[in-house]
Amino acid sequence: MSVAYFPGIAQPAPVVRLRGFSRRFGPNLILDDLDLDIAAGEFVALLGHSGSGKTTLLRTLAGLDRADGQAVTIPSARAVVFQDARLLPWKRVWKNVALGLPGRTARARAEAALAEVGLSHRLDAWPLTLSGGEAQRTALARALVREPQLMLLDEPFAALDALTRLRMHELVLNLWRAHRPSVLIVTHDVDEAIALADRVVVLDKGRILFEERIVAERGSRTASVRDLRRRLLGALGVATQSGSYADTVAGGQPLAEAAE
Amino acid sequence: MTRARSTLLSPLRSRWLSPVLFLLAWELASRTGLIPAHTLAAPSTVLVTMLQMIRSGELPANLLVSFWRVALGLGIGVSLGVVLGILARLSRRGDALIDPLMQIKRTIPVVALAPLFIVWFGIGETPKVALIAFATLFPVYLNLYNGIRGVDRRLVDAARSFGLDQRQLIVHVILPGALPSLLVGLRYALTISIVMLVIAEQINASAGLGFLVNNARDFMRTDIIVVCLMVYALLGLAADTLIRTVEDRALAWRPKLVEA
Ligand SMILES: Nc1ncnc2c1ncn2[C@@H]1O[C@H](COP(=O)(O)OP(=O)(O)O)[C@@H](O)[C@H]1O
Ligand SMILES: [Mg+2]
Repeated sequence: MSVAYFPGIAQPAPVVRLRGFSRRFGPNLILDDLDLDIAAGEFVALLGHSGSGKTTLLRTLAGLDRADGQAVTIPSARAVVFQDARLLPWKRVWKNVALGLPGRTARARAEAALAEVGLSHRLDAWPLTLSGGEAQRTALARALVREPQLMLLDEPFAALDALTRLRMHELVLNLWRAHRPSVLIVTHDVDEAIALADRVVVLDKGRILFEERIVAERGSRTASVRDLRRRLLGALGVATQSGSYADTVAGGQPLAEAAE
Repeated sequence: MTRARSTLLSPLRSRWLSPVLFLLAWELASRTGLIPAHTLAAPSTVLVTMLQMIRSGELPANLLVSFWRVALGLGIGVSLGVVLGILARLSRRGDALIDPLMQIKRTIPVVALAPLFIVWFGIGETPKVALIAFATLFPVYLNLYNGIRGVDRRLVDAARSFGLDQRQLIVHVILPGALPSLLVGLRYALTISIVMLVIAEQINASAGLGFLVNNARDFMRTDIIVVCLMVYALLGLAADTLIRTVEDRALAWRPKLVEA
């Protein structure tokens, strides 16, 4: 399954390019002959059941697992935000952000990144004293400060409460608009995927089961994507009848709109 | 108010009570001749002797000699323990080479090596320092080894995803993560170093606390022996305070279970 985004229009080389990528753990084939391209500045959401191989795919794109000579193109500047913020508890917040940055400007850059995520007042805090939302914002700053071409987010907001999650959506979109990295966000939340992404990909048993580009503007998605939402839920094995709760959540305003 | 004062003081007072009574009983027994001076000198005699030994410079000079033996032996032992622990943990070959030797070494009581050390190194400073170094190496090695195993893999992964090289990983992630265990090892090492000092100096010494004790034994000066025992106790106390201070500083990031 090869993907052309805008047929007929010459595209710059994609930032991420996988062709026929497979990964197995022992006898289990976790990723099965996968093709995936991500264009520069594109925001992709990856949906899938638990165990469908999302994290495995993300680790490959993060360069954390060796690709064993397979055809994998990833940019050199990458940054990951994990579900658990994974801050080093023995380093103050700004030092976590500055981790591994070379040169004297490290502190200034870390402070600037923390200011962007609204944490200027927590520079010297110990990570274990941060709230869940603050920890994730620190993790975002730590990713951002590396000026990545590719940002990888693995269920970054799953552990946050609903309100904080909506604020984080807004923050991520603002950061993305300001810096324009390519983004792959793994989520199990269909509404999160719809609210954030240019393109939604559903992974199932190591294969791409479903994929769709969202053309509607992010601000006016809630009504127009109702049908997409139903199809995404269908791909994930959740049947929705018209007018049922799962159907109407997207039809109504609250969640996704508040995020814009 | 009086009540608060009495509850504040009473546990304190009761903790001082028994040692003071013990000293009084001891003094009384010495004065009445129940305990002859060649069996055990009276506390008052010990105090006077100590002041004399301090004034004459005899105690400080010999204490300094002993202190250097411990400091040097500890410095070598702890450094070797740290280096070997890191090497054994961070490469499979290092583990295969180092760990079996350390396990064999563990089965031999270091004290039993003293005769061999004297044959090898003579009777100067070297065998004493070597004995302390050799004895303190193992607790540091073992605790660091276990501590590194306990370092959160996910933190290592995260740090690697930000492009930290092996050296930076060790400095920023692995050693700080293993620090609580390392400090436990250090605490053991300090205790053991003082025990080994006593043993090494009893065997043969021409200066140092052990030399004082040996001389005092030959002249049945129990007052000097008790003075030296007190100095050993003070050394142990100082070592404990040192570790506590280091712990408080190095582990400041850990949330306190009991807020002061
Ligand atoms: N290091 C590993 N060793 C063995 N099996 C693994 C490993 N990592 C992941 N798996 C397996 O691969 C499958 C996909 O895992 P993962 O990519 O984490 O799924 P997801 O993130 O979609 O929930 C799971 O069945 C998991 O047990
Ligand atoms: Mg996962």
